[in-house]
Amino acid sequence: METDIVIKTEKLTKRFGDFIATNQITFDVQAGEIFGFLGANGAGKTTAMKMLCGLSTPTSGNATIAGFDIYRETEQIKKNIGYMSQKFSLYEDLTVLENINFFGGIYGLSKKRLSEKSESLIETLNMKELRKKLVGSLPLGWKQKLAFSVSILHEPKIVFLDEPTGGVDPVTRRQFWDLLYAAADRGITIFVTTHYMDEAEYCNRITMMVDGEIKALDTPKKLMQQYSSDSMDEVFYELARGAKRKAD
Amino acid sequence: MVDVQVTNISKSYGQERQNAVDQVSFSVSKGELFGLIGPDGCGKTSLFRILTTLLLPDSGTASVNGFDIVKDFREIRRRVGYMPGKFSLYPDLTVEENLHFFATLFDTTIKANYDLIKDIYVQIAPFKDRRAGKLSGGMKQKLALCCALIHRPTVLFLDEPTTGVDTVSRKEFWEMLKLLKGEGITILVSTPYMDEATLCERIALIQKGTIMSIDTPDQIIHQFPKKIYAVMARNMGALLADLRSIQHISSCNAFGQYHHITFQDEDVRTPRKLIEELEYRGHVDMEITLIDPTIEDCFINLMDRHGN
Amino acid sequence: MNQFLLFVRKEFYHVFRDPKTLLLLFGMPIAQIILFGFALTNEIKNSTIVIADYANDIASHQIIEKLAASNNFEIQNQNLSHVEIEGAFKKGDIKLAIVFPANFNNDLLHTNNAQVQIIADASDPNTANTLTNYASTIIKDYQRELTGNIMAPLQINTNVRMIYNPELKGVFNFVPGVMALVLLLVCVLMTSVSIVREKESGTMEVLLVSPFNPILVIISKAVPYFFLSIINLTVILVLSTTLMGMPINGSIGLLYFESSLLILCALSLGLLISNSTDSQQAAMLISLMGMLLPVMMFTGFMFPLENMPTGLQLFANIVPSKWYYIAVKSIMIKGLGLSEIWRETLILAGMTAVLLTISNRKFKIRLS
Repeated sequence: METDIVIKTEKLTKRFGDFIATNQITFDVQAGEIFGFLGANGAGKTTAMKMLCGLSTPTSGNATIAGFDIYRETEQIKKNIGYMSQKFSLYEDLTVLENINFFGGIYGLSKKRLSEKSESLIETLNMKELRKKLVGSLPLGWKQKLAFSVSILHEPKIVFLDEPTGGVDPVTRRQFWDLLYAAADRGITIFVTTHYMDEAEYCNRITMMVDGEIKALDTPKKLMQQYSSDSMDEVFYELARGAKRKAD
Repeated sequence: MVDVQVTNISKSYGQERQNAVDQVSFSVSKGELFGLIGPDGCGKTSLFRILTTLLLPDSGTASVNGFDIVKDFREIRRRVGYMPGKFSLYPDLTVEENLHFFATLFDTTIKANYDLIKDIYVQIAPFKDRRAGKLSGGMKQKLALCCALIHRPTVLFLDEPTTGVDTVSRKEFWEMLKLLKGEGITILVSTPYMDEATLCERIALIQKGTIMSIDTPDQIIHQFPKKIYAVMARNMGALLADLRSIQHISSCNAFGQYHHITFQDEDVRTPRKLIEELEYRGHVDMEITLIDPTIEDCFINLMDRHGN
Repeated sequence: MNQFLLFVRKEFYHVFRDPKTLLLLFGMPIAQIILFGFALTNEIKNSTIVIADYANDIASHQIIEKLAASNNFEIQNQNLSHVEIEGAFKKGDIKLAIVFPANFNNDLLHTNNAQVQIIADASDPNTANTLTNYASTIIKDYQRELTGNIMAPLQINTNVRMIYNPELKGVFNFVPGVMALVLLLVCVLMTSVSIVREKESGTMEVLLVSPFNPILVIISKAVPYFFLSIINLTVILVLSTTLMGMPINGSIGLLYFESSLLILCALSLGLLISNSTDSQQAAMLISLMGMLLPVMMFTGFMFPLENMPTGLQLFANIVPSKWYYIAVKSIMIKGLGLSEIWRETLILAGMTAVLLTISNRKFKIRLS
């Protein structure tokens, strides 16, 4: 069976004046894949993510997200993706339930479907007692788990996660990854950036960006073999050490 | 000689009076590199702010350099260096202007203590006329460290200096801390990255405002109560689910390409039996190895014991 | 001292490297003065007026002729009745009405005392003021011509009635008002925002954990804004004297002294605000909302305080700009000295002292 390709980029480039933030990046991501997007600070990850989410127009190159063109069909792209970052995720001054209803509403879920969804979501996250609590009062790890679940309420084809587990305790971090696996099993593609190298090893495939270019793209295992190291940490170090772009 | 002494410090916030710091005690010797390891919201920042005299504790006492954090706050402020979590610099001032400003703030000059920051400063010197706001995370971090060091503090407080900074910069940063240790500066550093724990001489593992364990990284690893194994199979997701369903496995956590497990009661034959059972369930390419626990294993274990 | 100067220099860097701050600091006052200046000094041409001529005699006819000849006025109708005038005003197409009573010429020649009523739509007070001035001048001209022919002094009393805004405020009242507004707003806003910015960026933490006296941090922040405000004041004064012909009849030194008091008062207010908030947006909002409305309302240059309910009049007493406004008007227009405005000066100084004490007390040497 041929698997669906949900992200396809071809020589995707973004310039800011003389500065080439991302330089001719080309890769495919398959449906249901957990795709790790790594790179040093300033390597161009954020710029690339923004283009893929339809928030920023590329300077040149092509890409399709969930089958939609990155130049012309940004509105359809936005309907088919979810997004969650370390910084913005949920409204701190709304309760758990209010947040779920609000974001569900934004993505146009019907009342009935929304109530089913929020029930099962609260069930999965074990948040029954917390449903009426303000999100601001939850521990960070819980917030992030909730934020992720909310970002996939509308069953998007792809979900983009920008350092979702920064600062989360080790136990909750693993619970978070359990959620990612469950979502991937349902066919949702996970596109994730992280600074935790053990998390990089949980990904099906990872790319390493250095100075705006893709320097490596493979399964963690193969990359470790290729660089004959025991951990992704070393692979990362090997690759990123040669980066020239340091002060940007 | 003790440089930082903390005794039963507590601090709570907000209407619900949640304890950010709960009866914390520890001491740090002169010249030691001491790490506070814990996730966001565990109380690291509050503790640092109390020790740098920015917050008053609700109860308990603490001293830095022998000075009381409440009574002698002016003395402490004269002596310590502090780098808050947000790398506090003026983004609209250049690298050099920032450094010059902080030097004058502490009534000293860049020249007077240049030898201390030289190794770090040379790395950012090529950008000395660039505004701090235009530097990369790693560069900002180095500049902030220079600014915190420019008055040659006796004790240096670094609150999450490596958060949001990539692996390469993190490694370089820890190298710099080692150099500073050689200068006899006492360093307290906090981090949510467990893998950085082993770079400290002594660490405190913190969760929910309490210290779960405090010792050298080796000792903490040594105190891990059980044997720990790394397990691997072709289908790691299914393996995790199966491992969790097996009764006599007491803990099972994903660790990169392996799952780390401990058994409830074990004898020499237990690992072998497990493999057999898993192979019976259809797993292939099985591998099981006895390993040394990591600090993260210890942290998870301690979290379990503390009822999380 | 060296530290202090460095601190001040740093603040200047912040100001000059942020185009937005600069624009706010210097753009706002210039824009306001120019706006007010041009709105107020431009000659008003061809305003439509109506006349109710109950006299219908030679004197009234001659005056009407003169009015019609002036390029300021265009007479729409000269045979209205008193009652119809109100209707004409309500329609809004006329700006001024002139009423000649019956026996106007007779009164003028035989009693030496004739009345003319000028009614102006003062909902736009500035236009109303200007137009009545034009009309009065024309009538006075006529009077002078008559006096030339006849030996006895003849008297026409122009009876000006402002409707809709009887307490008409004059042109020059705006400049002191704008000065008060700009100084207060800019200073409060700038200090509060610049302190809160340091809280937001975390640099305040580092500043506090240094041997530098926290109070000096604050004072050094105030110094640049103090100087910039003085420059601002100078710009306003130069613009208003050259563009609008605003007089400065009193002592310039005294004017600057009063302004310095207001600036200090504003700086301490800004400091107070920065103590109670942690985000730049909140600081900006509190400064704008908390300052703009009271200053506009209760200074006295937009709305006459005398007509307000007692409660609001009492409230106006705690608005510093009210006292500043009175003092500045006295200096600039009336040319009075300190001996006449000591009361306002004292009140302003007292307010500043109280605010400085409170903000100094409330200033946190720790984070919470």
